[in-house]
Amino acid sequence: MTTGTETPVESGAGLPEDSHQLSAKLRGAAVAALPPERLMPDRQPAYVASWIYVFGALTLSALGVVIVTGLVLAIFGPSWWHLSTTGLFVNSLHMWSVEVFFFAMVVHLWGKFFMAAWRGRRRATWITGVVSFVVSVGAAFTGYLSQQNFDSQWVSTQAKDGINSTGAGAIFNVTNFGQMLMWHIVLLPLVVVALVGVHVLLVRLRGVVPPFAPPDAPATEAKGTPDSQGEVGPNSQAVPTEGRS
Amino acid sequence: MTVAAGASGGSRRRRRFNPDRDVEEWHGKYLPYDLVKEFLIALVVVSVLVAGLAVIFSSPDDKPVTVKSWSTSDAVDFAQTAITELDGTSAIATYGPPYNTAGTAQSIGPFSPNHWLGVHHPIDTANDYVIAPLRTLPDQPQLQAAVTSYTSASPDQQAKWTTAYEKAVADATFDRGALKIPRGPYGPVGPMISSLTSMARSGALDGALLSSRQFYSTDYTKPLLFIADGTYLANLAQGQHLSGSQWGMMNETGSYPGQAWLWLYTLWYQVPPMKTSSNADLQVWGIMMVLTLLLALVPFIPGLRSIPRWTRIYRLIWRQHYRDISAKAVTGKGPTAAPPPSPVSSTA
Amino acid sequence: MQMLGAVKDSLVGSLINLTGPGKYVHWGFIQISVANLVVIGLMVIVFFAAILIPFRRHGGRGR
Repeated sequence: MTTGTETPVESGAGLPEDSHQLSAKLRGAAVAALPPERLMPDRQPAYVASWIYVFGALTLSALGVVIVTGLVLAIFGPSWWHLSTTGLFVNSLHMWSVEVFFFAMVVHLWGKFFMAAWRGRRRATWITGVVSFVVSVGAAFTGYLSQQNFDSQWVSTQAKDGINSTGAGAIFNVTNFGQMLMWHIVLLPLVVVALVGVHVLLVRLRGVVPPFAPPDAPATEAKGTPDSQGEVGPNSQAVPTEGRS
Repeated sequence: MTVAAGASGGSRRRRRFNPDRDVEEWHGKYLPYDLVKEFLIALVVVSVLVAGLAVIFSSPDDKPVTVKSWSTSDAVDFAQTAITELDGTSAIATYGPPYNTAGTAQSIGPFSPNHWLGVHHPIDTANDYVIAPLRTLPDQPQLQAAVTSYTSASPDQQAKWTTAYEKAVADATFDRGALKIPRGPYGPVGPMISSLTSMARSGALDGALLSSRQFYSTDYTKPLLFIADGTYLANLAQGQHLSGSQWGMMNETGSYPGQAWLWLYTLWYQVPPMKTSSNADLQVWGIMMVLTLLLALVPFIPGLRSIPRWTRIYRLIWRQHYRDISAKAVTGKGPTAAPPPSPVSSTA
Repeated sequence: MQMLGAVKDSLVGSLINLTGPGKYVHWGFIQISVANLVVIGLMVIVFFAAILIPFRRHGGRGR
C-alpha cells in the first residue's frame, strides 16, 4: 500500500502497517468488544418490555442531577448554602436528587435480583452494581458529614465508633471536616462514576438478561446449546443491521 | 459475534446447564427501543421531580453546636464535662485508639483491627481540653499560678483535687454569669474549671481547641469530641430521634427523610447481643461486611441465587414474553421461530 | 425588583415546612420516622407498580 512515497493519509487510523501499535490493538479490541451498534443499539430483545427496565436509566439520570447540583455547590463553596436562599435551594436539589437516586437504585436492584440478571456471564455486571451501591452509601454519608451543621456534628460523632472499631478510623477520620469534604467531592464521586461507567458498559457488552425458560417448557437442560453451557454462552446482543427496518 | 465469543470459551470445561447461572441464547425478536430517548425522558422526569421536592420541602439545616453555645446554654454540663476531661474519666479520655491508649479497642476474639492500627489522632484530654487552652489566656497571673500548682502536683494530689471537684460540681448551679459550686478541698481545680467555663462562654475556647494551631483550619476533631462528651449535644440529638438506640443513623433532623438505606445497619444495634455489647460496633460492621459480600456474590451462591426462580416474580416481569411463547406453542411455532439475528460485522 | 425577589424567595423556600419535630412509628424494637417509612413504602409500591403496569413498547409489535 505504501511504496516509500509520501501518501496523503485521509484517515489517521486503521492502516495495516500500523496494526502492531498498542493504540491500534487497543482500539481494535475495544471496537470488537463494543462495536457502535452494540454500544448504542436501537433495538432490544422482545422480552425487554416492562417498566422495571427504566429504573436503570432513572438511577443514571438522578446521578446526573446529583453531580450537576454538586458542581454548582462546589462553584460557590461549602458555606454558600447556609447564607443564601439560592444556595439553600441548590442544596435542596442536591439532597432530593440523592433521595431519588437511592430510591431508583434500590428498585433497580430489586428488579435485577428477581430477574436473576447475573445469569449468562453477567456476574461482573451484578457485582459492579452492588459495589456502586455500597460506594454510593459512602458518598452520601460523607455528604452528611460535609454539611457543617448539627446533623454533621451528630452523625460524625456517632459514626466514629463504628469506623474506629474497624481500624479504618486511623486513616478515615470522620470528625475531620476537610478530609470528609475531599472524600465527598473528589474521591468517592470519582469512584462512583467510574464504577457506574463500567457497569453500564458491561450491560451493553453482555446485553439484557434473557428470561428463564418457562417452568413447564421442555427441559431446558436438554436444549442448552453447547455455548450456553457453563459460562461460555454470552447473550447475543448483536443488533441486526439489515432486513429489520 | 456469538460464535466468536462462544468459541473463545469453548475450550473451557463444559458444565451442566444451571438455570440460575446460565442462559439460553436469545434468538427471538428484537424490537425498536430508543435508549437515548428513554434516558432523556428519565432525566426530565427526575429533574422535575427533584425540583418539585426541593420547592415543596426545601432541606434541613440546623445550626451547629459550638463550645460557646453549649457552655452558654448549659454551663453546668460544660463544667461537669470539663472536669472529666481533666481527670481522664470522660468517654474520649478512656476511648483507646485512635485517640489514646487509655481504653481497650473493640475486638471479636483475637481480631482487633483498631488495636493493631493504634493511635493516629492523639488526644490528651487533660492537656488538650483544659490545661493548654488555659495557658493561652493572657494577663491572669492567679489563674496561671493555679494551673502551675496543678500540673506540678503529684498524680495522687491531682486525683484528690479532681475527685473533690467532681463531687462538688454535681450540685453546681449557674447564676448571674458565674458557676456556683459547693465548697470543697479541690484546690486549684476550682479556679481552673471556672476560668475554662468563662473562656468557653466567651467563644475563645472554640478557637483554642482547633487541632492545627493556625489561622485556617479544616479539622474539628478536638472540639467535636469535646462537645460530644457532654450531655448537651446528646440531649439535642435525643430530641430529634437521632441517638443510636433510636435507629438514629438513618434519621434526619426535623421531619425529613434521612439515609433510609442504612436501615439494616442500624437494625443490628437494636438486637441482642449487639444491643448491650461493648464490641457492638465491630460486630455490626462485621455482620454488614459479610452481608455486603453475600449480596455481591449472590451469583455464585447456590440457594441464594435460586431465590428469583423460586419466587417467580420474574413471571410477572416477563409475562408478555411467556404469553407470546404459549401463543406460539398453540399455533405450532416454537419460541425461537424467528431466525437468529445476523451478526454485526466487526473487526473481530 | 422587590417583587422578583419575593417570587424567588417563595420559589426557593419550602412550601411545606418539615423543620418541625418529626413523627415516629414505634413497633416493638422498631422505631422509624414517618418520612423514612413513606420513602420505603413508596419504594415497595413503585416496585410492584413497575412490574404490574403494562408497558407498551415503542414501535408496537415490531415485525
